[in-house]
Amino acid sequence: MEESLKQILELSLTLLMLGGAVCACVFKDLLNAVIAGAFVSLMAAILFYVLQAPDVAMAEASIGAALTTAIFVIAIKKTKRFEEE
Amino acid sequence: MRIVISCALLIILSLGLVFALEQAPLGSNHIDKKDKPGRYYLDQGMEKTGAANVVTSVVVTYRGFDTLGEVTILFIAAIGLGAVLYSRKKEKRDQKEKPSASLILQTGCRFLFPLIVLFGTYVFIHGHLSPGGGFQGGVIIASAFLLLFLGCKEKKIPMKSMNAVESLAGIIFVGIGLAGLYWGGSFLENFLPRGMPHMLLSGGVIPIIYIAIGFKVGAELAGIVAGLIERNP
Repeated sequence: MEESLKQILELSLTLLMLGGAVCACVFKDLLNAVIAGAFVSLMAAILFYVLQAPDVAMAEASIGAALTTAIFVIAIKKTKRFEEE
Repeated sequence: MRIVISCALLIILSLGLVFALEQAPLGSNHIDKKDKPGRYYLDQGMEKTGAANVVTSVVVTYRGFDTLGEVTILFIAAIGLGAVLYSRKKEKRDQKEKPSASLILQTGCRFLFPLIVLFGTYVFIHGHLSPGGGFQGGVIIASAFLLLFLGCKEKKIPMKSMNAVESLAGIIFVGIGLAGLYWGGSFLENFLPRGMPHMLLSGGVIPIIYIAIGFKVGAELAGIVAGLIERNP
């Protein structure tokens, strides 16, 4: 019972990551795309934690979800926000 | 036509992947086999290195040279970003009046900054005992500096001393490696006494290396963020 619950959790986290990645590719508003990328990183961090790798989860949450997003947001603020055709 | 060709190529590629990976024992238990390195690290890592966190013992001692390479890659990336973002028009920035943040935001930033730095320091000092380590703690410290850059714009961060800290931490890392070569027989050898596992002063050179990495990564990433924020489009 517990094993199948864990599998459902892992599967749903993976599907959420896939959805976030597709959103990051599709969005024309680059700020939304960056937030979707941060969402992928956050779900990856939770997945690493579920798979018993807390060291990697900390690295992913702090680098992928926090610092990379901040750097991208600063870069978008200094350039253009919307993608051009 | 292009869509049809790309779809056909995609189907062929995925079929090939399926046939190739059908026989691979993905997800099987590799750890319990006796001759695999994973079992060796789990059985003897704590005894031989003195670090309670096995991941740290692998990252800093067994694959310490790999970690040195990672730190070097980050250093080169920071140098490259600094070269791209460098501009001589520093005076122009000061003429433009920036709206300063509100009192509540500034006070909050000043209150939170030491707490975040303290947490990052905890993460890398306890790297050999609990999850975390130099990279994670350094990034947490860099995010504290990011908060300071965003919240209190008038607060100046001495970039020269940050660069000095970064260089000193790198020199300490390589120096410990060379000291291991001299006293222990190989580069990055753990030449200090191991001590009792699960104590703060254990693991030989592991805490020293992680403190050096924490300072280096924190100073480097804070420098990257500062360079990005100060650059005018």
